[in-house]
Amino acid sequence: MSPPNDTFEITEATRLLLYQSMLRCRALEKKAYDLFMEGLVQGTTHLGLGQEAVAAGFAATLRPDDMSFATYRGHNHMLLRGMAMAPILGECAARANGCCEGKGGSMHITEVAKGAMGSYAIVGAHLPIAVGAAWAGVVRGTGQVSLCFFGDGTTNIGTFHEAVNLAAIWKLPVVFVCENNLYMEYTPISAVIPVEYPAADRASAYGLERIIIDGNDADAVYQTAVTTVERARRGEGPSLVEALTYRHKGHSRADPGKYRPDEEVAAWLERDPLLVYRGRLESLGFPPTVLDEMEQLARAEAEAAADEVRAAPLPDPAALMTDVWANGGSEWRN
Amino acid sequence: MAELTYRNAIARGIGQEMERDERVVFIGEDIGAAGGVFKTTVGLFERFGPDRVRDTPISEQAIIGGIMGAAMNGLRPIGELMFSDFVGVAWDGIANQIAKTRYMTAGQVALPLVIRTANGGGTHFGGQHSQSVENWHMMIPGLKVVAPATPRDVVGLMAAAVRDDDPVIFLDHKKLYALKEDVPDGEIVDVLGKAVIRHPGSDVTIVALAAMVHVALEAAGRLAEHGVSAEVIDLRTLVPLDTATFLESVSRTGRLFTVEENPRLCGWGAEIASIAAEECLWDLDGPIVRITTPHIPLPAAANLEDLAIPSAERVVQTVLSQA
Repeated sequence: MSPPNDTFEITEATRLLLYQSMLRCRALEKKAYDLFMEGLVQGTTHLGLGQEAVAAGFAATLRPDDMSFATYRGHNHMLLRGMAMAPILGECAARANGCCEGKGGSMHITEVAKGAMGSYAIVGAHLPIAVGAAWAGVVRGTGQVSLCFFGDGTTNIGTFHEAVNLAAIWKLPVVFVCENNLYMEYTPISAVIPVEYPAADRASAYGLERIIIDGNDADAVYQTAVTTVERARRGEGPSLVEALTYRHKGHSRADPGKYRPDEEVAAWLERDPLLVYRGRLESLGFPPTVLDEMEQLARAEAEAAADEVRAAPLPDPAALMTDVWANGGSEWRN
Repeated sequence: MAELTYRNAIARGIGQEMERDERVVFIGEDIGAAGGVFKTTVGLFERFGPDRVRDTPISEQAIIGGIMGAAMNGLRPIGELMFSDFVGVAWDGIANQIAKTRYMTAGQVALPLVIRTANGGGTHFGGQHSQSVENWHMMIPGLKVVAPATPRDVVGLMAAAVRDDDPVIFLDHKKLYALKEDVPDGEIVDVLGKAVIRHPGSDVTIVALAAMVHVALEAAGRLAEHGVSAEVIDLRTLVPLDTATFLESVSRTGRLFTVEENPRLCGWGAEIASIAAEECLWDLDGPIVRITTPHIPLPAAANLEDLAIPSAERVVQTVLSQA
């Protein structure tokens, strides 16, 4: 592991926030899975089960006007920017109560007003977008930081290199976070890169520090997040963080993940970020009853959101022809 | 009123908008200190400085993604792609991201941006630096498409594009850079979606765009010698499309021709022909005829390229053969 140098004590309140954040992510994604099994979610979903620590650690550092960009596996990141669960699950189910009124779907969870700048369905598309948003913040003098989450597979697409290069030469406030879950989709990342670490081993090409962290340890993620976000906000340029983690499920709903050795899955399940963190909190003296209660609250929140989705109407047919243009309509001729 | 080249009109149009609105910024390859490879952006870097006029690496995907992100966070950016053929390098950003994000987020994301690029052939650059790609953009819901034919329109339509709250593809035409005309002093602002009749006529309607407007005008002059009065319509924008102007014209002339630089299949004229066939068939006295570049890549050789792109002579002969 090569975390940034400065580590520091984490407060009790932050620890509880990190745990609560991960619990809420876990409850949300399990509920997305349940709704799929109920037949309410059509199309596909890409769940972030197992990768909650990355989302929790970074979200805890952000200002409300900071901007988070993620991939289709972005439900966790968008939730932790302050979105409610119902609009996320509603969008997964493409209901009228979805954050995009059912017109985006599971792969496009977005609430711009909360800095949840979107989940992007084309691998790599959002990296230059996050860079441009950061640049606009510099031009406007806002002090905003742009957070850009992506998977290991993204490091092989051209936008990764164009975006990191541009952010580096323009010294932009972007924190690139590669969630290396070891598989690009069905293929092990190791089979498609000539280096060991897909992001960190490319960092030097852009004059950036090599940062590899345990992405299943919320404290490690949080400390790295504080360091890199502050660095960006001070105007010292971008960082490229590689967080090692693992998805508990397959790539998407179509994928049972059979290509992964059983021993590998079992080993990573033992390193489940929630188990790890629960153990740490208990060893630090947090009462199990309090932690249990937090877990129940998160589950109840997700269940209530699921009920909202079950009761939500389908999108109004009139919505079909709205919002192509800024005037709200879709006319292309007179 | 002073003489202005189409080339210099580009910098004037961009400068007019940057002067007016500090949210307007401009990025691209060699656009700053170098003034653009076609010298279309000379002076902007000196006038507005490196914070607002920025040279980028050769990174078309970063340019397009970058202006999208900048537009999402409060700017009104213009991004230049040096040649319009290069949109292929950045097509995900244009067709999947910029075009669709407003709709897919139910209107949450506004993208007031302009992609400016040098389009078209006739300059013998070969098949990857000469294409007319207006139809590529026309078929993507969520993009507005502008292709000016005159120096004055470059300024006015650039202003309209920058002020529009939707993404606009602004295709200036390489072959027209040396074209000059007297252009009024002061601010010029047009609206998108308004065609103009460049030459009135009563026998046939010829609809054209960008460089083909001048081909059509030359043809109209020659057709007059043959006793054919041709009305030439400059569409100016493909999206929004001013259908009223050409439908009204056809209702008077009874004949419709399109002159298109794009290759034949699914060229913009196919949509014009389809609309005319659906909406004014009974006004027509003969077939709708499209004059286009054949469905081939463009060759580099001057004599071959000249054969490919519609010429005034081809327009004249086509119209006369139909008369």
